[in-house]
Amino acid sequence: MSVLVYTESENGKFKKAALEAASYAKGVAKQLETETIAVSFNAENANDLGTYGVDKVFNLTQDDFAKFNAEAFADVISEVAKAHEASVIIVSQSANAKYLAPLLAVNLNAGYASNVVELPSHEEGFTVKRTAFTNKAFNQTLMTTDVKIIGVSSNAYGVHEDATEATVEDYQTEVRPGDNGIEVQSIDKNTNKVSIADAEIVVSGGRGLKGPENWHLIEDLAETLGAATACSKPVSDMGWRPHGEHVGQTGKPVASNLYIAIGISGAIQHLAGINASKVKVVINNDPEAPFFKAADYGIVGDAFEVIPKLTEKLKEFKANNA
Amino acid sequence: MKILVCISHVPDTTSKINFTDNDTKFDTNGVQFIINPNDEFGLTRAMWFKEKQGASVDVVTVGLKDTEPTIRKTLAIGADQAIRVDVEPKDGFQVAKEIAKVAKDGNYDLIIAGRESIDYNGGMVPGMVAKLIGANFINTCVGLEVEGDKATAIREIDGGKETLTTTLPLVIGGQKGLVEESDLKIPNMRGIMMARKKPLNVVEPVADGLSTEAKSFSKPAPKGDVKLVDAENIDELINLLHNEAKAI
Repeated sequence: MSVLVYTESENGKFKKAALEAASYAKGVAKQLETETIAVSFNAENANDLGTYGVDKVFNLTQDDFAKFNAEAFADVISEVAKAHEASVIIVSQSANAKYLAPLLAVNLNAGYASNVVELPSHEEGFTVKRTAFTNKAFNQTLMTTDVKIIGVSSNAYGVHEDATEATVEDYQTEVRPGDNGIEVQSIDKNTNKVSIADAEIVVSGGRGLKGPENWHLIEDLAETLGAATACSKPVSDMGWRPHGEHVGQTGKPVASNLYIAIGISGAIQHLAGINASKVKVVINNDPEAPFFKAADYGIVGDAFEVIPKLTEKLKEFKANNA
Repeated sequence: MKILVCISHVPDTTSKINFTDNDTKFDTNGVQFIINPNDEFGLTRAMWFKEKQGASVDVVTVGLKDTEPTIRKTLAIGADQAIRVDVEPKDGFQVAKEIAKVAKDGNYDLIIAGRESIDYNGGMVPGMVAKLIGANFINTCVGLEVEGDKATAIREIDGGKETLTTTLPLVIGGQKGLVEESDLKIPNMRGIMMARKKPLNVVEPVADGLSTEAKSFSKPAPKGDVKLVDAENIDELINLLHNEAKAI
């Protein structure tokens, strides 16, 4: 028996979400008193996973796996899961992990619970706590299949060190990504900027910014904080910002440590999407804006005066605390 | 091209979420139900294929009779016919098995589902359907063109986009971007009248057993009051974020 975690890497480096998933996997393995194994693709320093309690890493280092292919990746993970009798499989909730998890579930005839925020409870069967209704509620889900797949929400369980010596095996497979019918033609990714999914801090702008020409204010503030930029639904609907930046119920969910909302009134759909963020700051000139009821800290004021000052002060702060 | 659009019947995005029966059931009292927004973007893209490329568009819902007003709305928007699998949806895997059966029987070329429903947010049905019927699968799909049996799709990835080519049969997990918000159609009177005459076939479920079961629900703890900081005193905000919240 074992607990298996898919540890996603990008350009050879493990993503933070992968380390969180590995920490969670170790937590489950301790409950079940079994070993933690990981599957990674073309990861450098795969033995680093030992820091988070992984006992054994199966690292596949074939060039044809350099690009993500959900079906082929799921097939490889299934192979390892079967060979090592994994009873629980942990994935993060990155775009790629969410893509492959349902395929893996069918391969292994496994139940799948996504958006899980805590370690399982074993009091009344194998039960996990997950978010539902787009962060407006939690639900306790009983998992009854022999093999169970858990998708761990980002920034909920956290990264925990629990050091052990990890052994790394160079994994070989007959699976060929070229054999299935999907081919990546091009990838358009802004590598200079942190993505909303990976960001510790997100700076988000709404209609209060009055137009796309004012977005440099949001971008300057975000750059100062090393943050991702995001926007409200009306802003993306009006074409001021790309859809990929829309956060909320029908856009992207945000689970950052710090979420700064500027000129966003706080419609219920927006608040649902960002509710999983730990600390929320709102800057709005309307003291009646609903966002003030959902935020931890607020400034009632004109965005065009507050943002440049805030950026300036944060630069000083960063310089003094570097 | 034969298209099947999977429709989930969900509470309106503005709904207040409450639970009954000792927090074991969602309280539908006073709640308006709508087409799941991610599915509606897909349905609208399907209507584009119907208008421009002569595709046929069927819709499928797994749910009891209370879902029929939502299904009728999809017919009013322009779907040709509807299939309702008569069972309460309790588990994403169960729903996927029901849809896979309908998809296989109907021999569809393209199956469009939303990337997730806004109620249970499972995010598993489209991928499971694809794997169950042996079709290609593209998730978080924000653009789709089809020529003959070849498709070009754009997938949203963390921090960007990816362009993929594939072949039919294909299943996509769709979302906003497949069409724009302004492309969404409000059914007109003619559409609503015509929808009454379109077939809504009720079929029996085939899946047996559940892999997961939602046992109980809870709501997040109420938030404390916001701490207001004077706009002239930005240092105080930075101090609070650094020392109190430990967020910077």
